[in-house]
Amino acid sequence: MSTIPLQHESLAATWRLPSRGRIGMASLIVAESAIFTIFVVAYIYYMGRDVSGPKPHDVLEVPVFGTICLLSSSFFIWLAEHAIAHGNMRSFRIWWAITFLLGAIFLGTTAQEWHKLITVDHLTVSTNLFGTTYYSLVGLHATHVAVGLILLLTVLLFALAGKVQTRHSERVQVLALYWHFVDAVWVVVFTLVYLVSR
Amino acid sequence: MDAPSTPIPSGIEGALDVTPQTRPRATYLEVLHDWIVTVDHKKIGLLYIGFALIFMVVAGLEAMAIRIQLAVPHNSFLDARSYNRMFTMHGTTMVFLVGMPILFGFGNYLVPLMIGARDMAFPRLNAFSFWVSAFAGIFLYFSFIGGLGLAGAGTAPDIAWFAYAPLTERPFSPGHNVDYWALALLASGIGSIGTAINILATVFCMRCPGMTLSRIPLLAWIYATVSFLVLVAVSPLTAAQVMLLIDRYLGGHFFDTQAGGSAILWAHFFWIFGHPEVYVLVLPAFGFANEIIPVFSRKAIFGYPAMVAATVGIAFISLGVWAHHMFTIGMTSFGNTFFTLSTMLVSIPTGIKTFNWLATMWGGKLRFATPMLFSVGFLFQWVIAGLTGIMLSVSPWNWQLHNSYFVVAHFHYVLVGAILFMIFAAFYYWYPKMTGRMLSERLGKWHFWLMIVGFHLTFDVMHIPGLLGMPRQIYTYEPDRGWTLLNQIVTFGAVIQAVAMAIFVYNLVHSYFAGKAAGPDPWDAWTLEWSTPSPPPAYNFPVDPVVASRRPLWDLKHPEDPDSAFE
Repeated sequence: MSTIPLQHESLAATWRLPSRGRIGMASLIVAESAIFTIFVVAYIYYMGRDVSGPKPHDVLEVPVFGTICLLSSSFFIWLAEHAIAHGNMRSFRIWWAITFLLGAIFLGTTAQEWHKLITVDHLTVSTNLFGTTYYSLVGLHATHVAVGLILLLTVLLFALAGKVQTRHSERVQVLALYWHFVDAVWVVVFTLVYLVSR
Repeated sequence: MDAPSTPIPSGIEGALDVTPQTRPRATYLEVLHDWIVTVDHKKIGLLYIGFALIFMVVAGLEAMAIRIQLAVPHNSFLDARSYNRMFTMHGTTMVFLVGMPILFGFGNYLVPLMIGARDMAFPRLNAFSFWVSAFAGIFLYFSFIGGLGLAGAGTAPDIAWFAYAPLTERPFSPGHNVDYWALALLASGIGSIGTAINILATVFCMRCPGMTLSRIPLLAWIYATVSFLVLVAVSPLTAAQVMLLIDRYLGGHFFDTQAGGSAILWAHFFWIFGHPEVYVLVLPAFGFANEIIPVFSRKAIFGYPAMVAATVGIAFISLGVWAHHMFTIGMTSFGNTFFTLSTMLVSIPTGIKTFNWLATMWGGKLRFATPMLFSVGFLFQWVIAGLTGIMLSVSPWNWQLHNSYFVVAHFHYVLVGAILFMIFAAFYYWYPKMTGRMLSERLGKWHFWLMIVGFHLTFDVMHIPGLLGMPRQIYTYEPDRGWTLLNQIVTFGAVIQAVAMAIFVYNLVHSYFAGKAAGPDPWDAWTLEWSTPSPPPAYNFPVDPVVASRRPLWDLKHPEDPDSAFE
């Protein structure tokens, strides 16, 4: 069978479209932002409405070290993006590994914080409204960090095996976009939970 | 069909497609395997549509059970608990397992074809989204036999489709029915978000050369807008379901009013999803009208840029109107005023659309084939639905009529009178493309006229018991209220609609085997999907088409007067 191609003065050579990976990731980020917005709204709505303790001021400590680690990882992943785009695979692997490490340290500090809250302060999801909203908001973010770490680790393993090339640059950038998003969300969560509500 | 099908002129050199037409006959197992592992957007689209049709019949039967129960006062056809389950499952099914899947099905099938692409941007994500949605549907219906077992007709959710807190909390809903509801909606939400991401990436990144954003068919514009709405509106529902599950399984207090949680917050979260959801459902119906009305009026769509602007405008405004579902919960006078005005604002872009459809038909050479009949029915009913919507947006009027049958009649006017009618139109219009066979016009006319009569008997009359004070979601009523005759008329109309639906299903099945062969372009249409054989091959286009106007097939058929000369 034959179908009829619709041929006009060919502009196929100059036809450029945005990358579907980027548009797809941008769409996912829009959806994720909406999810985070709802949790943030719930946190703000219930702020200070508790009748029983513990209250944020009594138990929370500002996680300065973890925050520095997570936010600086955005810089290192940017260096990695830059390196792979220029075919500099050795420095790509180094920057990528540092990014992963910093993310893992952040997750470690969160785990430590939760351990202290649960064992020392006896704050759990079911203790009071603060517990419910705090664990769900910070936990939602930590889940995103964990997913990001799995993705980073996958790329790292492939990179160490020499399977990641310059031609994968765009995919790496799409993944980096997700990581930047996770960092940006932490700015909001950090400000709200540790600075405003505390 | 009134006009004979026009073959596409073959003046332009065709690319040779050497794919063999005949293949060895596959066994049933091979066919089944093929459908389960497919990543082809057309097959996934058909899977969506088939899945939705099955649930449409199921939810339709639930509606019939509701109508039988209400036909006479003090009826004992259903007890109170079963009645609650029926309307909960009817609403949830129709929105999440019929409306969204059927519209995504058409979107999946049509959007890549219309923009000259070979598939969606992410074919595997597409298959994943479908199977997650299908799982959600089966999971929700497993609640009838799962959970606490078959005793007492199972444990289907009985919390209404908006599931207000704190009824959904553990102390008030023990057992697993709410869990089935929340988990099913969570899964279906993930599927919807996946498909939305996919459609957005497809529309922006997969267009064939020449298909600029100002040339893509309006249907593609609408699906892109709807996908954006899904991203920002379905995600809050997903978040709210996670909160509900945290409450139920981890002892959280989000919606637990005894520990300071707020029932109103759930209402806000639900309607932040719930109202844009209406537009997620109705915008694709507009999209079908945008494609069908011009073809059967033999004119290009009137006001393409205004239509795009109105589409985006509706999506934007729809995000700021949710609390008009909550006037009776109690708000400040500022809140009442704001949500009254923002709701009224929706009527401006929808009015633009309505007038543009009328202007498209004005002076056109109208062909009243079945798709056009349903489209005209849609136009009338959509205007009436919009008018009762404006009545309900006025907060004092709303205080009087909230949660009465007037509201039920209003939103069914939108969901059935506008959306379902355009879905039927879309079936009659694109079924030939999907199967290679025409649907029977004779049965189609029967379907249309019975549907019109049944629809108006049911939903016109249903406004009146609402005005007389009949609340929704009651399983029976007293004989001295004067609602009996009205309810009987409503039930009678529902029976006529059921007959029309049966004719439609019969038409779908019968025409698949015995319908007239359709050919590539039975309606003499102008968008790219009609340049492929019916049904299109797996790869859609042997070579990428190149377009120069909004109506590429018009340019081909009328080289002496191409649209591209006027752009």
